[in-house]
Amino acid sequence: MEKALFIILAVAAVAAALNILVQRNPLYSAVSLIGTLAAVSALYIMLRAQFIAAMQIIVYAGAIMVLFVFVIMLLNAPGQQHAVDKHQWLRYLAAPFAAAMLGEALYIFKSVPAIQMPASPAAAAIGSTESIGVSLFTTYLLPFEVTSVLILMAVVGAIVLARREGD
Amino acid sequence: MTDLFLGWIIKIVVIFGILMTAVAYLSYMERKVMGWIQLRVGPNRVGPRGLLQPLADGLKFIFKEDVIPRDANRLLFAVAPALFLVPALMTFIVIPYGSQVTVFGRTINLEVTRLDVGLLYLLALGSLSVYGIVLAGWSSNNKYSLIGSLRSSAQMISYELALGLSIVGVLIQSGSLDLVRIVQAQGGWHGLKWNVFAFQELGFVIFYIAALAETNRVPFDLPEAEGELVAGYHTEYSSMKMAMFLMAEEANVITSSSVAVTLFFGGWMGPGVGRYPWLSLFYFLGKVFVIVFLFLWIRFTLPRFRYDQLMDFGWKILLPAAIINVVITATIAMFFPGFFGS
Amino acid sequence: MVPLSWYLLLSSVLFTIGATGVIIKRNTITIFICIELMLNAVNLTLVAFSGFFGDVGGQLFVFIVMTVAAAEAAVGLAIIISIFRTRNSLNVDDAYGLGDRD
Repeated sequence: MEKALFIILAVAAVAAALNILVQRNPLYSAVSLIGTLAAVSALYIMLRAQFIAAMQIIVYAGAIMVLFVFVIMLLNAPGQQHAVDKHQWLRYLAAPFAAAMLGEALYIFKSVPAIQMPASPAAAAIGSTESIGVSLFTTYLLPFEVTSVLILMAVVGAIVLARREGD
Repeated sequence: MTDLFLGWIIKIVVIFGILMTAVAYLSYMERKVMGWIQLRVGPNRVGPRGLLQPLADGLKFIFKEDVIPRDANRLLFAVAPALFLVPALMTFIVIPYGSQVTVFGRTINLEVTRLDVGLLYLLALGSLSVYGIVLAGWSSNNKYSLIGSLRSSAQMISYELALGLSIVGVLIQSGSLDLVRIVQAQGGWHGLKWNVFAFQELGFVIFYIAALAETNRVPFDLPEAEGELVAGYHTEYSSMKMAMFLMAEEANVITSSSVAVTLFFGGWMGPGVGRYPWLSLFYFLGKVFVIVFLFLWIRFTLPRFRYDQLMDFGWKILLPAAIINVVITATIAMFFPGFFGS
Repeated sequence: MVPLSWYLLLSSVLFTIGATGVIIKRNTITIFICIELMLNAVNLTLVAFSGFFGDVGGQLFVFIVMTVAAAEAAVGLAIIISIFRTRNSLNVDDAYGLGDRD
């Protein structure tokens, strides 16, 4: 039952990801990425990470992708332009490259021991908001504070970079 | 297992049916209330006292021609209204409508499902409804639509922050993200323990103003006001797609009211709920009705904000107020542990 | 029950698709989208390990990665906007200022 759910979500995620590559219009790629994010968020819930799943939708699908869609609309990005492909040979490289990466991954993951998810309720509660909140503010306080400074830097940088000259 | 599924499906069908009827009759209520506030009678020709007006409106929409602009992006044009409507409807899965009732010997909880992170789920759906507007404006291939949708979505994402922060006060007080537990924490003391009286007055005001902005209602409805931007992001829409946008707007009103009632007004709590559990359903519906009336009252009383005034208000006044609310609530929770009883 | 290797396999498939996208796509914004896809694949791996070993550190790492991805998207898109203003093109081949002209 869980395996069936996993397979459905995995197929949806991979199909949406492939759609990103196939589409010429960047807006369709962005919308496909939103689909992938939704499928991965559902997988997070299966992995008992409810808070991260909600964060994925709120932050990633709800804010970052809106930013992408805004920029695509603002620049009125046309579809992929035909002719200028100076690096055509890269396309022929893509398939063997992908096959090599996947082959390596398969080889490594074959030897991963087939462990199951721990069934104890204590282990099931690590994904709850309370547990993440407690760890975020005690054990992992320094990365949290550094991240907030990072965001401040990003805000300042984005404003400065996107400004027109003479503003 | 099948029991669980059957329970879900029955509840979802019932709620969906009631919701679609409520959305249609909210438009009727709106026009009637508008009429009374403007010292006239609203629609009263179609059916007794105009009660069949939504039916007539629906038929009119079905018979209209579905026009798609020539250079519009057809797929996104068709999908956008659905993208706007679906998140508004999906919030009704986590809202508790009543306490436990016994029907034919089975105890059923009057909520479709109970999520551990119910509050975060609501915020997530609020974030997702921006896409309907953004894609609607862009795919219409019309500069008024595009400007309207950009303004509207910028407004929505700005006020989402204040919305989320105003909910944090409730979270601190109730100690849980689970909506069922939040409602249960507001019981007792004859209604004085409702969050809106128990120290979240500022939180409720901020939540309500942010909800007005999120649902694009007056006084924040510049992006879709006629006379300003033709009709904003739904300029090019006609027939059923337009009907879906209007339904989505009414559904958003009902959603925001239900969430406000659950978080701030004690949900289904009321006198006598312990002995007669079915009363809880009526209390919930009554409270939602009052809050929806408040939405309509504000709509027909206040003039609308200019767009820059709107953005100023959201970022410079509402957001600091929400942060102050969180700081005060957190300070009380820290220095008087157990004050909030959780 | 779903074994761990399935999650890791899915994550590597997503990562491969993202990496292939970065190589073969010529539109800057699409390349950016593929980078975000790769970040998501890594997040999935981290959350999978966190769930299977009961350690919350994996999920916290994901929290930080998401935040960094947001910051990077903001700054990257600002840069793309600036480049677009001068060259009026979103093709990566047209942004050759730092390298040799082919």
